[in-house]
Amino acid sequence: LFVMADEALFQFLHNEVIQYIYKSSEHGEMENGRCITKLENMGFRVGQGLIERFTKDTARFKDELDVMKFICKDFWTCVFKKQIDNLRTNHQGIYVLQDNKFRLLTQLSAGKQYLEHAPKYLAFTCGLVRGGLSNLGVKSIVTAEVSVMPACKFQVMIQKM
Amino acid sequence: SSRQRVNSELFTLTYGALVTQLCKDYENDEEVNKQLDKMGYNIGVRLIEDFLARSSIGRCQDFRETADVIAKVAFKMYLGITPSVTNWSPAGDELSLILESNPLVDFVELPDNHSSLVYSNLLCGVLRGALEMVQMAVDVKFAQDTLRGDNVTEIRMKFIKRMEENLPAGDEARSLTIMIFD
Repeated sequence: LFVMADEALFQFLHNEVIQYIYKSSEHGEMENGRCITKLENMGFRVGQGLIERFTKDTARFKDELDVMKFICKDFWTCVFKKQIDNLRTNHQGIYVLQDNKFRLLTQLSAGKQYLEHAPKYLAFTCGLVRGGLSNLGVKSIVTAEVSVMPACKFQVMIQKM
Repeated sequence: SSRQRVNSELFTLTYGALVTQLCKDYENDEEVNKQLDKMGYNIGVRLIEDFLARSSIGRCQDFRETADVIAKVAFKMYLGITPSVTNWSPAGDELSLILESNPLVDFVELPDNHSSLVYSNLLCGVLRGALEMVQMAVDVKFAQDTLRGDNVTEIRMKFIKRMEENLPAGDEARSLTIMIFD
């Protein structure tokens, strides 16, 4: 039986996009910020597109938490072939999504010296989540942090519209 | 299954976002085409190892077999399509891959001011890079493109020459020498 490897293809493309965005940029915090923003914006557009095609047949969500559970289960499974491992919320619009083995970090070496590069590998996905939520009618700010590779946390702050 | 469809849409949509970004960054289509080819090459030189690991394909006897593997195994595995292999040159060194459908161009329309854009040019680079890693220098280009109004998408691939092996150490050498002409 044949196993699709389209996920691998996406990962290669994702890595190459990061290399491209950074290669012509200079070093320095402002430039790094610009690159992160570019990656995040790309992810945003892709996230919007994905949700558009994905939820055509899905019934409406009953509340914000329902939307977040969808992101953690269905959306994450479709994009990363696994669910979010842990979802926490303060019930006041802040959600923390924990992925203990984030697919886009597993290629990166676990050494401490690579930790500074981790944000580059999270930016697109932050945008993906923000874009997906946007098309589900939820406005948000999404950030991410890595403490120990390849585990990472995505923080979603819902913005009241 | 719908899950699989969404997965390939992730690649397709990301690719679209990349092309959009490149069109913003570069003045003309030729530059974008070149950049796509280069990025494809960078992907190809890594993808080949992934492919060999997943497929356990043994040694290909000749260029014909290589073309078959590319169409029936590699394309299927990564893009979910099986192009047909046709239009062989008499010398057996040039062929066409005909794609009835190209997943990269789902939902894509070329705007009027990008008539020279070879939207899927990444694929050419991928094939070139991957084959270079197994000691085959090839020239790959799009001969027909449904985005430009053709009925099918046709990739023309020409074998240039066999390359000298740079033998890297250890495991790399083992995986790279699997697909070599006799």
